[in-house]
Amino acid sequence: MTCTEFLQQLDEMLDPAIAGPLRAELQQHLRCCEHCEITLNTTRKTIEIYRRHEIYELPEDLRERLHEAILTKCKGCGK
Amino acid sequence: MLLVERARGGDMAAFEKLVRQYERQVFRISQHIVQNREDAEDVVQDAFLKAYEKLDQFQGNSKFYTWLVRIAVNESLMRLRKRRTGRMVSIDEDVETEEGSMPRDLADWSPDPEALYGQSEMGEILRKTIQGLPPGFRVVFVLRDVEGLSTEETAESLGLSIPAVKSRLLRARLQLRERLTRYFRKGARGNAQDGVK
Repeated sequence: MTCTEFLQQLDEMLDPAIAGPLRAELQQHLRCCEHCEITLNTTRKTIEIYRRHEIYELPEDLRERLHEAILTKCKGCGK
Repeated sequence: MLLVERARGGDMAAFEKLVRQYERQVFRISQHIVQNREDAEDVVQDAFLKAYEKLDQFQGNSKFYTWLVRIAVNESLMRLRKRRTGRMVSIDEDVETEEGSMPRDLADWSPDPEALYGQSEMGEILRKTIQGLPPGFRVVFVLRDVEGLSTEETAESLGLSIPAVKSRLLRARLQLRERLTRYFRKGARGNAQDGVK
């Protein structure tokens, strides 16, 4: 397996639920390719970091304001 | 589904519960696309209003949330178009770039990259980095990896095929990884890593 082929299947390695012969083949490639191992690990960390840090949090006061505005619009739409 | 059914029957309290349940997610997704808080606020209001007006068109063969996200994505793209004085903005914009197909920077990261930066600095790095992606990559990454939609739900929300979602997701992940390497590589912020003040 080449590095390009490995990268095309990166999803398979990022999803722990996926098993089977393809995963075994990917793991085989990882054992002898440090570059792909780094790419896999840092891509996994990328996802984890974005999941953990809420970069667009909705502050509570804005949430309340938005909530009221939404309901006012809906009630007034004549439906 | 019960809440949706009740809301469809005109139960405003049920619709309010749906708003409460999904307003945070819709706001985050919208802000990721429009990249501006005021516009995101407008999008959230317009998306819920449209959902309310069209509730009777909701078929129920997809999740309400997926349907709502699709409305919010379309409203966000319309908002972007308005901001760019009428120029068409689509989910396919700039996705033909070859960047991100192959990693170029293969440096390993610090074992604990989050310890290198304070909370607000980290937020700034993550915002700046994801804002650099084309909208069509950004939204796929956000829906799939941040908001946790399945590949199928992401495809449905964006009106894309499953192979298109998979391809964009891979490239978005690799581009973000590559861009973050600049901040998180071993030796970045050496002083912080060594604990030297």
